[in-house]
Formats: sequence, structure tokens, C-alpha cells
Amino acid sequence: MLKNITLGQYFPGNTFVHRLDPRTKLLIIVVYIVALFLVDKITAYLPVIVFLAISVMVSKIKLKSLVSGMKPLFVIIVITAIINLFFTSGEPIVKLWVVTITKEGVRAAVFMLLRISLLIMGTFMLTYTTAPMQLTDGLESLLGPLKKIKMPVHELAMMMSIALRFIPTLIEETDKIMNAQKARGADFETGGLVQKAKAMLPLLIPLFISAFRRADELATAMESRCYSGGEGRTKMKQLCYGAIDVTAGAAAIVLLAMVILLNTFGI
Amino acid sequence: MTPIVKTEGLTHLYSPGTPFERIAVQDLDFQAMKGEFIGIIGHTGSGKSTFIQHLNGLLKPTKGRVLFDGEDIWSSKTKTHGVRFKVGLVFQYPEYQLFEETVYKDIAFGPKNMKLSEEEIDARVREAADLVGIGEELLEKSPFDLSGGQKRRVAIAGVIAMRPDVLILDEPTAGLDPAGSAEILANIKDYHHRMGSTVLFVTHSMEDAARIADRLLVFSGGHLVMDGTPNAIFARPEELEAIDLGIPEITRVVARLREKGLDIPAAIYTVEQAKAALMKLKEGKADA
Amino acid sequence: MSNIIEIRNLVFKYINDEELETVALDGIDLNIEEGSFVVVLGHNGSGKSTLAKHLNGILQPTEGTVLVAGMDTRDEKLMTDIRRKVGMVFQNPDNQIVANVVEDDVAFGPENLGIESEEIRRRVDEALKAVDMWEFRSHAPHLLSGGQKQRVAIAGVIAMRPHCIVLDEPTAMLDPVGRAEVIETIMRLNKEQGITVVLITHHMSETIDADRLIVMADGRIIDDGTPQQVFANVQKLRDAGLSVPETTQLIFELRKEGVELPLSALSVDECAESIFKAFA
Repeated sequence: MLKNITLGQYFPGNTFVHRLDPRTKLLIIVVYIVALFLVDKITAYLPVIVFLAISVMVSKIKLKSLVSGMKPLFVIIVITAIINLFFTSGEPIVKLWVVTITKEGVRAAVFMLLRISLLIMGTFMLTYTTAPMQLTDGLESLLGPLKKIKMPVHELAMMMSIALRFIPTLIEETDKIMNAQKARGADFETGGLVQKAKAMLPLLIPLFISAFRRADELATAMESRCYSGGEGRTKMKQLCYGAIDVTAGAAAIVLLAMVILLNTFGI
Repeated sequence: MTPIVKTEGLTHLYSPGTPFERIAVQDLDFQAMKGEFIGIIGHTGSGKSTFIQHLNGLLKPTKGRVLFDGEDIWSSKTKTHGVRFKVGLVFQYPEYQLFEETVYKDIAFGPKNMKLSEEEIDARVREAADLVGIGEELLEKSPFDLSGGQKRRVAIAGVIAMRPDVLILDEPTAGLDPAGSAEILANIKDYHHRMGSTVLFVTHSMEDAARIADRLLVFSGGHLVMDGTPNAIFARPEELEAIDLGIPEITRVVARLREKGLDIPAAIYTVEQAKAALMKLKEGKADA
Repeated sequence: MSNIIEIRNLVFKYINDEELETVALDGIDLNIEEGSFVVVLGHNGSGKSTLAKHLNGILQPTEGTVLVAGMDTRDEKLMTDIRRKVGMVFQNPDNQIVANVVEDDVAFGPENLGIESEEIRRRVDEALKAVDMWEFRSHAPHLLSGGQKQRVAIAGVIAMRPHCIVLDEPTAMLDPVGRAEVIETIMRLNKEQGITVVLITHHMSETIDADRLIVMADGRIIDDGTPQQVFANVQKLRDAGLSVPETTQLIFELRKEGVELPLSALSVDECAESIFKAFA
């Protein structure tokens, strides 16, 4: 059951989108988010949607996996949209008992719905098409200048990639311990909130102990392999921008320009 | 007599309906009587772990039935939950499930979940600790201060304390040194002897399987391919080798000796048996 | 031949949980020849893992010295050089793989050494081929079997081009298939590339082909010789909480009954051969 989690999942491939430098993808996603939040006319969503649709098509990511990835957030999206729908004041169009739906409310709900969905799908596109290791490499490289002001950029990137590396291992372990405790009659499903929280102890304590033991052993293993922080380290896979990064970057700038244009002249 | 556990046409699919669908076990018919001591052998991925998790209701069959004492364990929710206490399952590396402050409390976790009285729990904890050779003086210690072998025995005691009618152990000696392994196997044998309950244990060691089990199950590719006494199973070395499983070292020595023309029985799988057979042969020669 | 490791009167003491001083290693003297295949055998708590951790400076001696290719492991400045010479593979395959992709993990060591990218690429490919894991180079490690993960860990070490690999119970958590894969791999590395191997184990079957077998108990070396010599001493091994291969056990038992048999027959064939001679 825990194996179905799609946290930071990566779908390997060799498409244009997959081959982009992770730094380019990170920068594009920043531009994309900025564009998304600049939108204040409904037509200005069009270029954002087209941009996303093209990247989905080019990367051969199945629409189904994008949508299923959104499932856990579905409730939040709907609730936000409903709140906007009912609690925005303005020109009323429907009056039902105590609730009034205003024109502004409908607009705000649609905007919120589009904004959140597009934001989530966009970031999913980033994680779906970029190996976690590449992503951390990209972040480390982009944030590189911060090292000058003593930010532990390399260490943070390392921590992130190790955390990603151990997520599947710990999920597997959780499954195992859960089964072992179930075999001793542990009940994780029934009971109130307090009871349920208490029932988690036989799972959480062994899990934490094991995580610390793993951390300790991993640290020893890393030291044995001459790890001593980022200083003097090289990379096998060096990041380098290519022609595709230039074209993709240009596309992102076009996106931003179109949103601004439509904000000004669109309806 | 009704078998204590039984499976009928047991089939289990992982991730059914997805591209990752995989048959873990298929059409498995098996039954065990009260008091049997059964060894399970097979490679990783042969379906043996999936099989044992069905016997105490942790996994639900995709097809087929699992019966405990003649009754389908999935016929009602209370039955499914109840069978966890009647069929005790000790997982691989069970020491990783320890969590309580003291050894005593950890062993008591199962009995407590059974909602037994304090006295009953106390009696069972002490009995279980004794069965695995954990002395009274260790009961108030933290389980995390024990040695690797002791931790494992405490974890096994935690399952034994539920007094299951069937005890299943998944590779109880994995990762232990020879002395630690021998101790655990002796504990299990002793438990079987004293409690008369059914025991199933998974092992990768043909030598252990041959030495302590009365009956062996051989798994391969999701099927139960052989089921019989060690004598009967190790008399079929070609079939075992065909599924990449070995036979005990001693049985191989005996096979070589027979090839060379020495007149000793083929069904030998322990050092003691080989020694007895060889000495008998020598005496026979001396008499003649 | 020269010694890659030289240990003189090594004593290691630590303070245990109950705040008592415990002696884990009690006066070890040991030389390991470059290019040899050495197995260290001992029960849990015999000090064998503690000894292993001294071989690349993870632990430092309380008394005595450990020299790796002439370098003293107490000298912090030499640590990187020492660890370049002696690589370590640990018991739990999951807890030594750092990266999300097999080849990235193998690259981790050389990257730490500051080697240039193209050279790392070459070494990673070579190392993965040497352990027969090249087809898996872009796989995620958690989807591999235990034996495969352990081979990736070995590749990660040999990509640093060490002179010696120390393996601390690398097969303890593996099934027989995985165990065979790992042992076959390190034997090949020893034979073909001349890498010194120090294998720490309690599986008797892994010791038969070693050049040299060292038995430890209570922090001391109690026996040291060829597998044939060491296993001949069945009683001593039993006293140290170890068992001997079943072939040796049978011969030992038959000798007790007065049958003349050599204790040096370790393999199934040798054992059958010598029994046949005695009984036919």
C-alpha cells in the first residue's frame, strides 16, 4: 500500500525535456511560476496551458500519471475553490438561502483552480522528468554563489539526495515492521485519534532506531570512500548547457511575454 | 483428523491489473497436521515468503482458500484477526521489531493485544523467555542493550508468548554466527518438543533443513514443487539441482562414494548418518 | 613480496555501555602480503570487525601501530591516502550506497578524490564491468537484489583503484545465490587484478579457497595458516564457537573411530576420494 506513493517520482526517458540541463529546468519552472502568478485575465492562462501541454507531449509523460499524482491534493484544491466561490463579495448572480454566489466569486474560484492545478502539474513535470540526483546537482550549482557567504550549499544538496535515496528503503522497512507488529496483534486501523497515535509507537520506535543505525553506518561508509565535504570534489556528470537549453529557455521567455501581453490586451 | 492449517488452490498476484502484475504463488495445495515440524526451502522470490504470510492472514489470497482448523480464515473479520494469535509468524531479522523499554514489556506486547489478564500475561512472558533461554535477570533490561543473538531470541519469545498453535519462522538464523544459529535452532527444537505445536521454518541451509525437520517443502517459481520427508527429497538431487538448489554437503559426498562403487544407502544427509553407514560397512567387511 | 598491511601489538580498548573499559583487541601482530587472499574467521564479538575497522583508519589503535603501505593510521593527514589504498565493503548493502543511480554511486569515491570527469567515467565503466553490473548502470539501487547491491558497493571501492579491499561480513545478509555472486566476484578481482583481499566472515564455505585463514577469538589471533592446516584443528575451532565444513566433520568423526584419513580434504571430491581409499 505504501509502495504506491509518488513522492518525487522520476520516470526515466530520453526526450527533449529529459535531456535538458537540470539548471535550465529549475530556471524554467521559476519563470513558469512567475508567469502563472502574473496572470490576471482569463485568456492569459492560455499560453501557460499550452506551454504545459507541449512539455507533457514532448516528454511523453502520461497525462494519467500527472492527474493521479494530484489525487492526494484534490481535496485541498476543491476546498480552496469552494471557499473562493462562496466568500468573495461582489455582484451576486445566484442567491441560495444564506449563500450568495457572486460573479467575482466564480472568477476567483476558476482562477484558484487553474492556478493551483497548473502549479502542481508544472512542478510534477520537473520531478517526473529529472532524476533526483540531477535535481540536487542543479540546485547545488545554481545556489553555488551562496557558498561565498558561508551557506552550506553542498551539504544541503547532499542531504537532499541521501534523503531521496533512502525514501524507498525506509518505506520498505515501514511495511516490514508494520507486518511484524500486526503478526503480534497490533492494530493500526481502529480506535480514536489518541489510540491510533499510541498504536503507531511500535512502528515508529523501531523505524527511528533503524534510521539512526543506517545513518551511522552510511557515514562510516562515506568516510571510507574519502568523503570530506564539498571541497576538492569533482563530478563525473558535469552539467553543461547545450543548444536545447537555449531553445527551451527562449520558449519560457516567450511564455512570460505572452502572459504579460495578454494581461494588458486580453479579456 | 482435521489439518491445523490448510491451503486450497492458493494463488496470490502482486499489483493485479497493473503492468507490474506478478504471480507470487499459484494453485498451492498444502496441509499440516498438529505437531509437524516442517522446513521450507527455495530461492528468494520462489514464493515461500508470500506463502507463509497467508497462513496468518497478513496477505489475502487472490484466489483459493486458507483454512485454520478446518475454517476459512477470511470468512469473518474476527476470524481473520484471531488467526494472527493462533498462527505466530516470526519475520526475518525480528530483532528490528523490538520497541519497548524492557525485555519483559516487549515480550508482553502480543499477549496484551490478546487482552489477557495480568497474571496470564506474566505467566506467558516468563514461559516464553524460558523457552528461548532468556534468563530472569534480563527481563528488566532494555532490549537494545542485548547482544544480536539475544535480541533475536527476545523477538521470537514475543511471538511464542501468544502460545500459537502454529509457529512460523522466516530464516530464524539469518546473519548469525554458527554458535548463535545452533542456539536458536536448539531453542526451536526444544519449543516444538515441549509444546507439541506445529512449526514451520524457512531456511537456506540444506544442512539445517536435513538435520531438524521431519518434512520439507520445496518452493520454486511460485509453486510447491516437492513435499516430503528429507529422505524422500534429498533422494532426488537432480531435480533439486535443476531448480538451482543444492543438497547437503554430506549427501554429495555419499553420492560420489556411490558413483565410485561403495555400497552405502543414498538417503544420507547428516554427518552422524554418514558415519554410522560407513562404520557399518567397515564392520560388514571385517566380518566377511 | 611486500606487505600492504603491517600490524604491531595492536590493542584496542573502549568504554562500553556500562562504562566499563573493554578490551576488543588484545595484542594483534599481523602482516598481510600484497596480492594475497586472506580470510578472517571468528564468532560474533571475537574482535574481527574491530580489526577490520583498523585497516583503513576508521578506528585508531589504543596501543601499537597499524601501517598501511607504510603509512601510520594515527596520522590524520594521511587518511585520504590510506583510504585510497584500502577500500572497505560493509555488511549491510543498503547502508553503503549513497546515490540513486548505480553508476553515480560508483562515481562517489573517485569524485571525492577530485579526479577529472572523463577519468571517473572510464573508471566507473571499468569497475562496473569488473563486477558484472554494467548492464545495471542506470538502475535504481533499491530495486537490485542483495548480491547485486553488494557488487555495486565493491565496484564503488575498486573505482578508487585500491591495493587492498577489506570486506566486513559482506555476505551475512545475503541468500546463497547472492553469497556465491559476491564471493565469485572478489575471487576474480584477486586473481585477475591482483587486488589484496581481506574477507571477514563466519561462513566456512567461503574460506576453502583462501591463501590464508586467520582465526580470532576474544580479541586475539588463535590460529593462522592455510585452510587445510586450520581446519585440521577441529576441536580448537569448536572451542572458539566456530564450526568446520561437514566434510571435515565427517573425516574428524571417522578418525575418532580409528579410520586413517587425512584432515586436509576440504572439498567434496577430496573428501570422497580419501574416504573411498580408506573403505574400498
